[in-house]
Amino acid sequence: MALPSTTLAGLGAALARGALSSVELTREVLARAGAAQPALNAFVTLDADGALAAARAADESRAAGRAGPLTGVPIAHKDVLMTAGLRTTCSSRMLANFTAPYDAHVVDALKRAGTVLVGKTNMDEFAMGSSNETSYFGPVRNPWNPAYVPGGSSGGSAAAVAARIVPAATGTDTGGSIRQPASLSGICGLKPTYGLCSRYGLIAFASSLDTPGMFAQTAEDCALMLNAMAGHDPRDATSLPRPREDYTRELGQPLAGLRIGLPREYFGDGTDLDVAAAVDAAIAEYRKLGATTVDIALPAVKLSVPVYYVIAPAEASSNLSRFDGVRYGHRAAGYADLLDMYKKSRAEGFGAEVKRRILVGTYVLSHGYYDAYYLKAQKVRRLIADDFQRAFAQCDVIAGPTAPSAAFEFGAKSDDPVQMYLNDIFTIAGNLTGVPGISIPCGFTRGGLPIGLQLQANYFREAQLLGVAHGLQQATDWHARVPAAYGVQR
Amino acid sequence: MALTLDDVRRIAHLARIDIDADEAAAVHAKLGTIFAMIDELNAVDTEGVAPMSHAQDMAMPLRDDAVTESDHHALYQAQAPAVEDGLYLVPRVIE
Amino acid sequence: MNARWEVVIGLETHAQLSTAAKIFSGASTAFGAAPNTQAAAVDIALPGVLPVLNRGAVERAIRFGLAVGGTIAPSSVFARKNYFYPDLPKGYQISQYEIPVVQGGTVTITTPAGEKTVRLTRAHLEEDAGKSLHEDFHGMTGIDLNRAGTPLLEIVSEPDLRSAEEAVAYARTLHALVRWIGICDGNMQEGSFRCDANVSVRPAGSTTLGTRAEIKNLNSFRFLERAIQFEVRRQVELIEDGGKVVQETRLYDPDRDETRSMRSKEDAQDYRYFPDPDLPPLVIDAAWIARVKASMPELPAAKKARFESQYALASADAAHVSASPELAAYYESAVAALPAGIANGPKLVANWMQGELAASLHRADLDIAQSPVGAAALGGLIARIADQTISGKLAKDVFDAMWAGEGDADAIIAARGLRQISDTGAIDALIDGVLAANPAIVAEFHAGKEKAFNALVGKVMAASKGKANPAQVNAALRSKL
Repeated sequence: MALPSTTLAGLGAALARGALSSVELTREVLARAGAAQPALNAFVTLDADGALAAARAADESRAAGRAGPLTGVPIAHKDVLMTAGLRTTCSSRMLANFTAPYDAHVVDALKRAGTVLVGKTNMDEFAMGSSNETSYFGPVRNPWNPAYVPGGSSGGSAAAVAARIVPAATGTDTGGSIRQPASLSGICGLKPTYGLCSRYGLIAFASSLDTPGMFAQTAEDCALMLNAMAGHDPRDATSLPRPREDYTRELGQPLAGLRIGLPREYFGDGTDLDVAAAVDAAIAEYRKLGATTVDIALPAVKLSVPVYYVIAPAEASSNLSRFDGVRYGHRAAGYADLLDMYKKSRAEGFGAEVKRRILVGTYVLSHGYYDAYYLKAQKVRRLIADDFQRAFAQCDVIAGPTAPSAAFEFGAKSDDPVQMYLNDIFTIAGNLTGVPGISIPCGFTRGGLPIGLQLQANYFREAQLLGVAHGLQQATDWHARVPAAYGVQR
Repeated sequence: MALTLDDVRRIAHLARIDIDADEAAAVHAKLGTIFAMIDELNAVDTEGVAPMSHAQDMAMPLRDDAVTESDHHALYQAQAPAVEDGLYLVPRVIE
Repeated sequence: MNARWEVVIGLETHAQLSTAAKIFSGASTAFGAAPNTQAAAVDIALPGVLPVLNRGAVERAIRFGLAVGGTIAPSSVFARKNYFYPDLPKGYQISQYEIPVVQGGTVTITTPAGEKTVRLTRAHLEEDAGKSLHEDFHGMTGIDLNRAGTPLLEIVSEPDLRSAEEAVAYARTLHALVRWIGICDGNMQEGSFRCDANVSVRPAGSTTLGTRAEIKNLNSFRFLERAIQFEVRRQVELIEDGGKVVQETRLYDPDRDETRSMRSKEDAQDYRYFPDPDLPPLVIDAAWIARVKASMPELPAAKKARFESQYALASADAAHVSASPELAAYYESAVAALPAGIANGPKLVANWMQGELAASLHRADLDIAQSPVGAAALGGLIARIADQTISGKLAKDVFDAMWAGEGDADAIIAARGLRQISDTGAIDALIDGVLAANPAIVAEFHAGKEKAFNALVGKVMAASKGKANPAQVNAALRSKL
């Protein structure tokens, strides 16, 4: 079935004018998801019955005159978010048969906004990875080229949006897990300010870094999603009580006078030439739109990868202790005693990358090493945050590549964890500091793989960030390019 | 600070993860490269810098002292590997 | 104790805070519910759930800090203490570590040697663990997480205690204090108040600390005393035999009256503490502290001092009737019920509370609040003693009748005709009768035997069925003889 649009705003409008019903749209989305599954493996769980029931309810709401901009629009959730009554796995053997007994805050918020949940998307196990190769359910493939990774950890959500299966999907970003796969998959991905969207129901990886966000084709669609997802949640002590905002309010605002900071550290030797050229072209486009650029320095940002690989595993080692085979999750079939049950259940339930990070985290917190690693990393984290505040005194947004390269082939980095970790070098600082960041498509490599531009702004400047992203999308059509295999309207 | 194979076995025990000799050796090699990267931090001067534990500078919000939860143990225990009489069962704990 | 050794004890006391809900969840803390029915998603550590701190727990910690004169930290931090145990669902306990909510403070205890001030190191908030039930479930252990997440205040003393008796005096004082300020019900059977004792010995005169053993989970004052006494003997014997005390955790076995090493903890512990990233710093401002201060009751030491001066009570009497808020309230109500102008009334009330009332309550296993004889009723009885309506001896019978529910003192005195005989003519008639009937005793008296006088008084009192005013009988008899 040919759809009148594939964007959230477009489908919302089509539903509003009665061009199609939510049930018709949901059937089409389910059909696309099913058809793409063998090639992409974007979903862990598809919930046709639940989705169609929600679609019928949405159509009834609309008939009763109760419809918002997202009512009846099908979306997908990353499988790190708890969805009541639906399997929630974190793409881990540990939770392969786990049914969530409650909804995550953002899941509930999007449900209340009328969205239709079609399924749970594949991801790196427990959100630990940059390539989606660590999933217990197998890797997700990049819709632009199935030999390449879609990025990670929210690779399933990115692929589902890039392949025009769903108009939007949630993700979570702990070190770049929304922005990097958005970049590698040629779509938009927003990581909001830490504390803007509640973490309640997000299966914790690194609590001080984990941030719920979303993927969509356009900045406008991200704004519509954020309008539903943001808001104070008393169940999360790090959720910030703030007045409600309309994140679409700066879409279409002129960019004249906008100051774009260009950190010299983001334009160095490590960045692929095609990526650098595409990013330069996007910045040139912004100059045409009236923005000025200013060179800035973020000297401590080069330390963000080592800082991250102390703090994130430390928090993870503790957060993942609850997976002990006692109350839920995998329990080994045979064991000698309690200690053996713990060890076997966890050894079997977790994959290699997860275990590696638990071990790193356990080590850096262990007796005699805490000051040298954890405390040191927290201090350098402060230096990085200070760098950003100095930079934001000089500019409104910081621009640069989202990742140093476009998508890579399966297996290219999976044997060398450090090379894999370095793929997040430009995104991690956003998590360490908590500032918002968005990746938007800005071109392609000579090999036809998408390239992402990262824009970061100061705390709570999501509306501005989305306005700036929207400006480029009004002037260019990179975001409207569709992978060949998924571009034909069926 | 060089991580030893003994360290790997010690932390695997602390983390309650079964690890055999081959795995320990493989993990040891990978963790070695990770810690070589992390050790870059040693060179940074952080004298007088306050550690940053949270991404936002905020004070603890508090909940009122009121019972807001009801009994859901049947729902929760439907997920449990072993339960009896409302209790989670584990291999005998020896005090 | 062996005079060559000095005993050094510090206590870590866990007081369960009397909140309605748990420290990080909205589940009830009520005792005795069916297993896991009060274990909310946060308490069983479902994936994705987050802790939110209970204001009531913080409020109680502030009350304690004010009561002991400690410093309330303007900003304190919750950390994670990481270890695996089936009754610890998250695999870590949330507890304050580097920066506790209460720092310093003192508790004054009374020992046979006098008053002693015990310094506190700190008091911090933390969550309790669940319970492991070792009854046989086909060779398995059952886990009940109802208690998981119950708020605790861990109160840590400096190693200022020098004997098992001092440790018990400290624990009792602390126990009374936490109940007094309404932060803990003090129910030791239910585990609401339990102590860990750090015990070491050193040669008398030494200033360095010996190696300590920690005795865990002592949930009665008797066990606390016995466990320390055993442990001190064990350590002294060990050292005198040329051995060395090892730092370890020990458990007290009341059946065998001994402490023994906890073998399951042989594993070197490495708790990997770090600040809990789910919980921002706990900020307590001066205004909050001031509000709590305004709501504080008069503290035990202040109340005792006031009773001594206001009611002219001796220290021991004041201590007794101010030992709990309930006793103190009873005492003050009883005194208030006395008519004006009874000089020794407050003293009489204190005597009666320590005497007949305490004995009767003890026999019936009742608290002061459950006493069948209320404070005003006791005051009414004491008023009749003070105005000489009845004698002290008969007053005890009246009290028993009041206890049995026969009415107030005046009603019982009237119903039983117990009013004291103070009429001179009636007393003279009684005396005349006794003198006439007992010439031999009268003769003994005249022969110089003073005891004979007492015998005659006794006979007169008996003839009056105890109702004659003893002072009047004395005087009249003396003059007639």
